[in-house]
Amino acid sequence: MDIGKELVLEMYRKMHRIRNFEQKIKDLTTAGEIPGFAHVSIGEEATAVGVCSALRPTDRITSTHRGHGHLIAKGGDVARMMAEIYGKRTGYCKGKGGSMHIADFSLGILGANGIVGGGIPIATGSALAAKLAKTGEVTACFFGDGAANEGTFHESLNLASIWKLPVIYICENNGFGEFTPTAAVTSVKDIAVRAKGYDIPGYVVDGNDVFEVYRHTSEAAARARAGEGPTLLECKTYRWEGHVVGEGAFISGKYRTEEEVARWKARCPIIALEKAVLESGMLKRDELDRVAQQAREEVEAAVQFARQSPLPEPSEANEDLWI
Amino acid sequence: MALITYREALNQALREELDRDERVFIMGEEVGYFGGAFKVTDGLIATYGEKRVRDTPISELTIVGAGVGAAMGGLRPVVELMTINFALLAIDQIVNTAAKARYMFGGQTKVPLVIRAPQGGGHQLGAQHSQSLEAYFVHCPGIRVALPATAADAKGMLKYAIRQEDPVMFLEHESLYGMKGEVPEDEDYLVPFGQAKVVREGKDVTIIAYSKTVHDALIAADLLENQGTDAEVIDLRTLNPLDIATVLESVRKTARAVVVYEGWLTGGAGAEVAAQIYQAAFDDLDAPIQRVASADVPMPYNRHLEAAALPSPDKIVRAVERIS
Repeated sequence: MDIGKELVLEMYRKMHRIRNFEQKIKDLTTAGEIPGFAHVSIGEEATAVGVCSALRPTDRITSTHRGHGHLIAKGGDVARMMAEIYGKRTGYCKGKGGSMHIADFSLGILGANGIVGGGIPIATGSALAAKLAKTGEVTACFFGDGAANEGTFHESLNLASIWKLPVIYICENNGFGEFTPTAAVTSVKDIAVRAKGYDIPGYVVDGNDVFEVYRHTSEAAARARAGEGPTLLECKTYRWEGHVVGEGAFISGKYRTEEEVARWKARCPIIALEKAVLESGMLKRDELDRVAQQAREEVEAAVQFARQSPLPEPSEANEDLWI
Repeated sequence: MALITYREALNQALREELDRDERVFIMGEEVGYFGGAFKVTDGLIATYGEKRVRDTPISELTIVGAGVGAAMGGLRPVVELMTINFALLAIDQIVNTAAKARYMFGGQTKVPLVIRAPQGGGHQLGAQHSQSLEAYFVHCPGIRVALPATAADAKGMLKYAIRQEDPVMFLEHESLYGMKGEVPEDEDYLVPFGQAKVVREGKDVTIIAYSKTVHDALIAADLLENQGTDAEVIDLRTLNPLDIATVLESVRKTARAVVVYEGWLTGGAGAEVAAQIYQAAFDDLDAPIQRVASADVPMPYNRHLEAAALPSPDKIVRAVERIS
């Protein structure tokens, strides 16, 4: 493995941060303490972290409705994220965005997006800006398997291909578009093969293997920076939780088997990382445990920060529309 | 001052802003080698090259979305939609992203994107190529809506649109492209948004119009003058921001108002203008506000039918007569 110890620990830290954050969101939503739709990404941490670990701080990402993991992986502050989900003034969007619209432009995070496929043209335009301004930045565009059936996916891959834009399209195939299995509504087994239709490289990646995601993203980023254009990475992963927290209250019947969920839980991306680095001797158990403990504490502190933060004043509803 | 067409005025504005600011670039269908479907971008690619004048695939949703992303990335895109009718293919990125990004992200970003689009009927192009859709965008907070009626405004408003920081729907009427007018040659000639213009002074009735209907209103005012009615004509220029103060000042003087717009009558932008007048100046009115707009039908193809569906100077005169 050509990945240094510090980076591995950072990956591990971020995966734990995501896991703890999402678990906390699930618990607080279930308890009725936070409002809105909660789309959590437990089980998908390796894709977010593998991609963002291969990016530079000045590179940009676009995210999705299931975006907490992407934001944390790109360096987002869990306290400001949590405060946003609580609707507090100290949140990233001053309480105006919520879970589906968190952004941190200072970190190159061009926002989560509540429209399936909505971020794809934005990432494409961000890459165009980088190309025109010759900044050398790449844009990583996260979207789900469902978005691969949206027009924006096809239009944007075509545009990025003809203009050789420095963009990496990351399809997180977590097996389901809401409650419908991907295979039932998608013409191809592997979404990556759609890259062929746009004459760009496309790869199927084990989305639960953070190192493989990192390696593929690094290669795609190098290609993008060299002016060779976009890449499509289909990261196969799995959504351990439902489409939305609390969905059991409004859907009847099951859309997947417990065996299937258990099979994927056995392929936990965090445990896979632990196993790899312990077996290779790169890291020791106590080093990992310390980082995991810190991640838990950070999320607890984020909840305290959010709870104690002030609510926005009603008059703030009329701010931030125009310049 | 130079006597040039509305089309040439827009072209001049684009040239001057491309010269002034290297972050400005143009993209859209046929904007490069073809020079734009209405020749607004004619010759620009020869001067500024393929990098800054970009022919795109026919992918309206992604063209606009990429404009949003490029604006977030620090550039100042001017996106041309071949006609406003195709904006409906891009409406998600206009409404859900361009108009909302600044607000929903708590002021963290800005989207200095100008979306230019020709619109309007009168050329026997049928139901899908003759629409005036400004009301769709006026309804949505977060995006400016500008509709120049003259060559001078076309230049000054487009330059202003490119220089200011909010997203803009810049709607040009297809019937105006060949219309000539005196246009200032000053490279910093700007027409700021939110300043309606009294284009004809009068004391008996206020005719409120924008885009092509300003010219219909001026013809109507001449016809009314022959009948002894002295009409004041206001060009709103922008619907967002809306300069209601100028309208109210006039209505308080004339006590009568007719609002003229080419969008459909029902739910049109002029209905909002009428509502605001009623709310602020009900007691100053001597008669109900009249609206003259397109009939509530898809635009018919036959020219007699099309004329029957569109607003016209005669219809404006009749509306004034109803309340005189």
